Amino acid sequence: MKLIILENYAQASEWAAKYIRNRIIQFNPGPDKYFTLGLPTGSTPLGCYKKLIEYYKNGDLSFKYVKTFNMDEYVGLPRDHLESYHSFMWNNFFKHIDISPENTHVLDGNAADLQAECDAFEGKIKAAGGIELFVGGIGPDGHIAFNEPGSSLVSRTRVKTLAMDTILANARFFDGDLSKVPTMALTVGVGTVMDAREVMILITGAHKAFALYKAIEEGVNHMWTVSAFQQHPSTVFVCDEDATLELKVKTVKYFKGLMLVHNKLVEPLYSMKETGAERRQSKKPYSD
Amino acid sequence: MPSNKSVSDAPIFQFTNCRILRSHQLQREDLWVREGKILNPEKLFFDEKGSADIQLDCKDSIIAPGFIDVQINGGFGVDFSLAADDVQSGISLVSQKILSNGVTSFCPTLVTSPPSVYHKVLPQISVRNGGPHGAGILGAHLEGPFISKEKKGAHPEHYLSTFESGAFQDLLATYRHLDCVRIVTLAPEMKRSSEVIQELTRRGICVSLGHSVANLSQAEEAVRHGATFITHLFNAMLPFHHRDPGIVGLLTSDQIPARRRVFYGMISDGIHTNPAALRIAHRAHPKGLVLVTDAIAGMGLAPGRHTLGQQVIEVDGLNTYIAGTKTLSGSVATMDSCVRHFLEATGEPNSTTLCLRALGWSTVPLAVITSPRAKGLYTYPESVGGRSSPQTRLAVGILSKPSWSPRSASRQSHTGCQPGRD
Repeated sequence: MKLIILENYAQASEWAAKYIRNRIIQFNPGPDKYFTLGLPTGSTPLGCYKKLIEYYKNGDLSFKYVKTFNMDEYVGLPRDHLESYHSFMWNNFFKHIDISPENTHVLDGNAADLQAECDAFEGKIKAAGGIELFVGGIGPDGHIAFNEPGSSLVSRTRVKTLAMDTILANARFFDGDLSKVPTMALTVGVGTVMDAREVMILITGAHKAFALYKAIEEGVNHMWTVSAFQQHPSTVFVCDEDATLELKVKTVKYFKGLMLVHNKLVEPLYSMKETGAERRQSKKPYSD
Repeated sequence: MPSNKSVSDAPIFQFTNCRILRSHQLQREDLWVREGKILNPEKLFFDEKGSADIQLDCKDSIIAPGFIDVQINGGFGVDFSLAADDVQSGISLVSQKILSNGVTSFCPTLVTSPPSVYHKVLPQISVRNGGPHGAGILGAHLEGPFISKEKKGAHPEHYLSTFESGAFQDLLATYRHLDCVRIVTLAPEMKRSSEVIQELTRRGICVSLGHSVANLSQAEEAVRHGATFITHLFNAMLPFHHRDPGIVGLLTSDQIPARRRVFYGMISDGIHTNPAALRIAHRAHPKGLVLVTDAIAGMGLAPGRHTLGQQVIEVDGLNTYIAGTKTLSGSVATMDSCVRHFLEATGEPNSTTLCLRALGWSTVPLAVITSPRAKGLYTYPESVGGRSSPQTRLAVGILSKPSWSPRSASRQSHTGCQPGRD
């Protein structure tokens, strides 16, 4: 596991965006070789999306050969509702970049047969060759996607009933009216994310500090579903200083000491403006 | 995967790098168009899995709903107040030419004329939709002859008239044809004006107050009877006086019936209204402001002598005088230059807040002239890309950014959306 500790939210967002950028470019995607990217919604990844959009606008990055799979979507919320994750993805990411609509996948929370929709989603991930990099955020209770505390750590995409904590947290997006907050969602399972070749979890803010502590300093526990990634061979936690408040000094110092090494993941920063040959000549080959 | 063939073979245009006026705000959004209709890009993306075939860089321009000119006497050598045999062709010429000024619909305006002119011209005017062929015609605006002698402005005194004896019947005898009439400007202090205003309003014709020496209470009385508009505020009315603010006082009157709003036309050509006066009106009553050109035949032509109904007008630069006098007549400013002047006069040209306030007016004339009869005619991209009317016909103007100065021209694309080049 890598723990990347940055000064603040902006720097954490940028680091994550740079990492995604380098991973896509090094993958060298093309018409026969799509980069598959798992994506989250919520306020945490917003800064990262902004940076990725900036890279696209500057011509450094293209999403032409990227397939995306979103983690979750509310059940029963009209797709064009401002709080639906379809709207979120459109407004905060898709409309700004060059991704093709048919390469984006967001669960349909209004499907007639919800479980069939979830199974089909798993099928699409499989058909795309699995997910290369799954980016996620977590809730203060340590949930990854909508895998609320108590979710099976080998779960697959399915219908979930939201925990009271999540409903309360989401009420602010629905005029503070609890009755308007959807109570169910479709979500990828912990197992679905575990299958990704690489997982990057963004955790920022003091309110997520306890969750980060539970995620990395305590044992694997289905009450803190994010802790499952301790058993993933390639996980990167990207956090800001505030999120480390509950960690041991020793842990923080250890990973901060490693930043020199970890920063090599984003430095040099590659650009699609350069040809493959230039990349190989002018920069050191990427190493994990 | 470009345009969705299962829905339509037509190409999808995406106007990028622009700001669009939506819900009275300038928003940095792209505008998507297919078959001349504005698309909701989110629906296109998720439902149709479609994307743009052609992207057009608008270079930071503003895309605004097409302008509506509710007071235009002519232009490009055409004078609507002349008793021509072929009024249609003159109107068609103007409607085609003003597209490039961003105007997508207008009210051909007739100044005070002898009855014979109304009898001849009005039957030849018909309401029609706009399109690539020209701006839509919303109906005629009849300015006079029921106006005040003291405030006749450039109108010929000889033809001024009253409706003292027969009220509405007098008006009908003068105009004869009211089918195509959308706005009548009259002076509310004239005897029996209440009856006339009520009857015009009942017929769905907008009553505008102007060329008048009415005091505030007379103006308020007119509004209570149905008047909703003020013709070229400050011009041809009593100047603002603090003990009797006159028609100008309607902007802040507390005697307006609930849920009613009085709109006012302003000629912001830099000649007819001082920028300070523009600001006073705008700050006092921003939601009622309607820019009008009050353009005459000389608009779009070189300086010289042109007609305005029965009068000869001398045009010198932006100044238009009745020949041999210093009486200001209509303007020769185009609508886009009026908008730019307004932007400059009311604040910093590039401030977003300013732009939205300035351009926000462009939906206002709709409220003035919409009547049950005309419903459906003025479909409008009020919710550009929004949910409520994604099928709105496109009638938009593009105000290019480097051309805030009144000199440069704006671009206009209209129904059918020929993207063209800058």
